[in-house]
Amino acid sequence: MEHHVVLRVTAKLLIAPIILFALYVQFHGDYGPGGGFQAGVILAAGIILYTLIYGLDNARRLAPDWLLRTLSCAGVLLYAGTGIACMFAGGRFLDYSALASDPLKGQHLGILLIELGVGTTVASVMLIIFFHFSARKSQ
Amino acid sequence: METTVTIILLGFLAIIGLAIFYLEDLFASIMLFSIYSLVSATLLVVMDAVDVAFTEAAVGAGISTVLMLATLALTRRHIRPSRQRPLLPLLIVAVTGAMLVYGTLDLPRYGDPDAPIHKHVAPRYIQQSPREVGPPNMVTSVLASYRGYDTLGEVNVIFCAGLGVMILLGASRRRRRKDEG
Repeated sequence: MEHHVVLRVTAKLLIAPIILFALYVQFHGDYGPGGGFQAGVILAAGIILYTLIYGLDNARRLAPDWLLRTLSCAGVLLYAGTGIACMFAGGRFLDYSALASDPLKGQHLGILLIELGVGTTVASVMLIIFFHFSARKSQ
Repeated sequence: METTVTIILLGFLAIIGLAIFYLEDLFASIMLFSIYSLVSATLLVVMDAVDVAFTEAAVGAGISTVLMLATLALTRRHIRPSRQRPLLPLLIVAVTGAMLVYGTLDLPRYGDPDAPIHKHVAPRYIQQSPREVGPPNMVTSVLASYRGYDTLGEVNVIFCAGLGVMILLGASRRRRRKDEG
């Protein structure tokens, strides 16, 4: 798609706002609709748009296999790790109130961390699936 | 007013479903699937389920469409005409559909405040979540805190999906490279 000037310019204008919106959805999930799952999908969609316009090779350089594999594991570990941290802090598994002296602050911190884990895993898994499908096509 | 909008949107869904059924061009079908998801998302907004609508728009209309297009690029664009007579499948679908419709007869009316789902844990979430958990968006409180175990399970399911794709599609590439080398 390298010779489609209109597509390239439009994509270039759109990709940054899409990723910014993903971050907004990620960190604003406590106050409005959205959360880690939706944010991960939107972030992946932004990078998929980049892949469609600028080619798989460039996208693979941006998000190489090892990075996506590490991130997808890191998200699950962050989620489960938050749960275990709650146990070390004296609460039960995934009982975030134990994370801080004020239960509400602990809940806030816990939700922020697990949403981050969800977002990381979802975004990287979506990209893994898409990249593997596209790699088959280009062979 | 709301009922009218709901009926119009449901009508759109039925028309799109029929169009997908009759189309032979898979590319057009995929596009219609995407539109179907978008209309469903609108329907969910009308029902005030904004979080679900958001997910439906992002996953159903966005990612699944891209994944289905990527799959289509690996196969053919048109349906291969089938020689089998579709009587048995038609019977199974008709019976299943009839059973589902029969099942809905027992459901409480839409929006009924006395429905069992509104009597179980929902009142507690609505009353206690601002004090116990905090976030103004109660969907987040329920999803991340009250139902933290379930969400952990969901994240694991997504992780396993990625793992499965890596194992199934990633392994063949490594084998090829070994053959070349």
